[in-house]
Amino acid sequence: MIDFSTPPYLLQAHTSVRRVMVQVLVALLPGIGAYVWLIGPSILLQLLVASLAALLAEALMLRLRGRPLGLFLSDGSALVTAWLIALTFPPLAPWWLITVGTLLAIVVAKHLYGGLGQNPFNPAMIAFAACIVSFPALMSQWPVLGLKLTLVEQLEMIFGLAPRIDALSGATPLDALKTALKIGEGNIDIPTLLATQEVFGTFAGRGWEWVTAGYLLGGLWLWQRKVIHWQAPAGFICGLSLLAGALWLWNPERFASPLFHLFSGGAMLGAFFIVTDPVSGCTTTRGRLIFGFLAGVIAYTIRVFGGYPDGVAFAVLLLNLCVPLIDMYTRPPIFGMKDGK
Amino acid sequence: MLQRLFSFRGGVKPETNKAPSVQVPIGLAPLPERLYVPLHQHIGGHPNPLVEAGQRVLKGELIGGAEGWVSAAVHAPTSGTVIAVEEHVAAHPSGLTTLTVVIEPDGREEWIERQVVDHRSLPPERVREFLRDAGVVGLGGAVFPSHAKLTAAKAVAMEDLVINGAECEPFMTCDDVLMRERADEIVRGIAIFRDLLGARRVLIGIEDNKPEAVAAMHEAVGRLGEDYQVVAVPTRYPAGGAKQLIRVLTGKEVPASKRSTELGVQCFNVATVYTAYRALAFGEPVLSRIVTLTGNVEQPRNWEVRLGTPMRDLVALGRPKPDTTRFLMGGPMMGFEIPDLAAPVVKATNCIIAGSPALFPPAPPEMPCIRCGACAEACPHELQPFDLYWFARARNFGKTQEYSLFDCIECGCCSYVCPSHIPLVQYFRFAKSEIWAREREKQAADAAKARFERRNSREEREQAEKAERLAKASVARTSGSRPAATDAGPPARPRGSSAEAGSGSRAESPTDAAAAPAVGDAEALRKATIVAAMERARAQRESAQPKNTDHLSAAQLREIAAIDARRAVLGSAGESPKGPDE
Ligand code: SF4
Ligand code: SF4
Repeated sequence: MIDFSTPPYLLQAHTSVRRVMVQVLVALLPGIGAYVWLIGPSILLQLLVASLAALLAEALMLRLRGRPLGLFLSDGSALVTAWLIALTFPPLAPWWLITVGTLLAIVVAKHLYGGLGQNPFNPAMIAFAACIVSFPALMSQWPVLGLKLTLVEQLEMIFGLAPRIDALSGATPLDALKTALKIGEGNIDIPTLLATQEVFGTFAGRGWEWVTAGYLLGGLWLWQRKVIHWQAPAGFICGLSLLAGALWLWNPERFASPLFHLFSGGAMLGAFFIVTDPVSGCTTTRGRLIFGFLAGVIAYTIRVFGGYPDGVAFAVLLLNLCVPLIDMYTRPPIFGMKDGK
Repeated sequence: MLQRLFSFRGGVKPETNKAPSVQVPIGLAPLPERLYVPLHQHIGGHPNPLVEAGQRVLKGELIGGAEGWVSAAVHAPTSGTVIAVEEHVAAHPSGLTTLTVVIEPDGREEWIERQVVDHRSLPPERVREFLRDAGVVGLGGAVFPSHAKLTAAKAVAMEDLVINGAECEPFMTCDDVLMRERADEIVRGIAIFRDLLGARRVLIGIEDNKPEAVAAMHEAVGRLGEDYQVVAVPTRYPAGGAKQLIRVLTGKEVPASKRSTELGVQCFNVATVYTAYRALAFGEPVLSRIVTLTGNVEQPRNWEVRLGTPMRDLVALGRPKPDTTRFLMGGPMMGFEIPDLAAPVVKATNCIIAGSPALFPPAPPEMPCIRCGACAEACPHELQPFDLYWFARARNFGKTQEYSLFDCIECGCCSYVCPSHIPLVQYFRFAKSEIWAREREKQAADAAKARFERRNSREEREQAEKAERLAKASVARTSGSRPAATDAGPPARPRGSSAEAGSGSRAESPTDAAAAPAVGDAEALRKATIVAAMERARAQRESAQPKNTDHLSAAQLREIAAIDARRAVLGSAGESPKGPDE
């Protein structure tokens, strides 16, 4: 059907799916560095567990589907999914939870939909959403801040050799804020909370704010390298901060600032690594803006008014559903057809 | 005055690799032992051979006359003897054969009597015919007969004449050296085109990686006292595509559904202008062209090559290196692999590149599309190649048309940047040829249907006439009155037979009909029933058949019609390779 000895005979050097994926992995490193430094080295172990699970699942599925193993295993896409899962799950979550999440992502969300390039939903977000619905308790056990565990103790925790003690009764800064507001029942306001509670740092969650700053840095690098387009992250950040900003201006006692929201939870990771996923995202310029913007708005709504501590995953999955529609209505005019004829 | 430049979206910047072949001036390729001159070297009508084996021809003698308006003549590139008029392998990716005049040169280069004309002294129509009969076609690679592009649109004033010296394909330098060495002739030739079109302004666009050519053209324009503007345009493939260059120089975007003259602009390649000038000022028809021979050869260079020279002879001049595995005709972005070096150099042969695995590494294995959008960003026509790819793969050809498949110029930018190394252009070519094939089938079916309907209506008419005759005959019999008898019975015979002669079938004399009226009626009824049943069945079939033009807007339908018309021209040309220049 296709004659492969036809032009172009020149192809751009150094461009491949693997190169795209490797650059995404590299861009995650600043965030991971800050994570290790401020939260604890256990994340490295989680990354390893997720990577192994992803590669195994990928190999198995490729074999089952009769696809060339070497070509697809080395494309790096499974690793990107694995790393995103590890980075969105609690750092001391048991190993099997991460594994289940990863298997779900690779086997169901990716391969059952047709493999690389075919999945309508972001696999990492499927993993997160499925696990938080199925294992809400485990998925919200975050280490108490300042918890000083040795590497061995962390290992024991992850592999279930030590009891999952109150050391894990911590919460994410987003959670802490929400809970405190609920308990305070209007008697407590956000500025006081932020100033007094130990879990909050300079402008968001203590420690976490720098991890998210790391993601921001990596994301900007990806943009500069032209691996991602600016529209989706810009849309996401706008959507989130516009809504957050409006409510914050209206009632700063009850609503945290846009800055706090941008550097909390999965916002930065979402903006630069999740809504930018080309496969499950929009392909048109305007479409990407709309996708990002709506994802930001929905993420904020779920995180502030909904039942879950963060809303990025659900927002992204919801918009994945709308991609074909958005793409259809934002198809750009072609050369010579710009005057609407 | 500084010319304001516009920009087109997309495009890519591959290594240009132009330097090796511009180190030495144009060389004159030696006369080969035999010349194989195909009669059909352009888009449009196939010229018929005007010579036969054994006949002696002079240099410049007409060997194939233009067939129809969109066509061009072909001439003997040297003096000698016609050995044969036969099928010979063509310079085409398919490696198919084409009718070719084989000439054995006598080495004397005896010219025909050359007729020199001043285009200002002739009516424009005559100048156009002259160009057609001199075989002037677009030498950028598209080989569209130039005279057919030299009529301004009636309703629109011709504002700009764009002269294309951009030459954006990597490796290719034939226009570059031509502008360096023969700028005066090009500049003189522009006047012919400007006057025929009545263009107000002439813009000569040259990519800024050819400063020598820009300088040479600038000087020539100054020396000859013309007011043409020589503009250096940014180097970015495909800046030399006619539509892209028009966009860059004038800001106008010519959609696929329109002619550029409808927007008051027309574009010609510098080499075309040069040959037009030689044709008028020296009476020399197009007998040779400049060909870049480069790539994996010891001596890259531009050669002036007689049309019909076997590629093997030309390639030998460059001394290909031992690791050469293939030869490309045209540039590496839009050219094709030459299946057989016995194929001759033709008007479309702008460049021959010797290729080695090191020079053109094989494409890495194809991966699935990751929807990264790199192709859409690179597409100069602002299409969504991944969508087109998706529909083409699914053989959803209606959708490919809805997504403007026929606006694709097959420039290859999308394939060039795709991280999944998907041969996108090949999918688009596949889709286009599938659609063309289906169209052809549909046209054949429509013609058959029309024939069938014509026959049906004829039969119906005959039935009706017969019934009328019968009725009148019976009236005449029963009443026996004179007036009726004039219309029926024996006196009516001449009229009846003339109707039969007109419809040309089934001789049935009125007497026969009168003898067996009942039989005739039953027969007629039965026939009518059958016809009606067939009609119903056809209607049902039609409504059940999916039409790939179902959800198209009127504008798109118009576009498709325009494309079809263009394709008819292309198709008849055996899909000549289309270059981005011109
Ligand atoms: S460049 Fe290739 S992988 Fe990217 S969207 Fe286009 S076809 Fe798909
Ligand atoms: S080959 Fe067609 S689709 Fe691809 S970049 Fe060129 S015009 Fe666009």
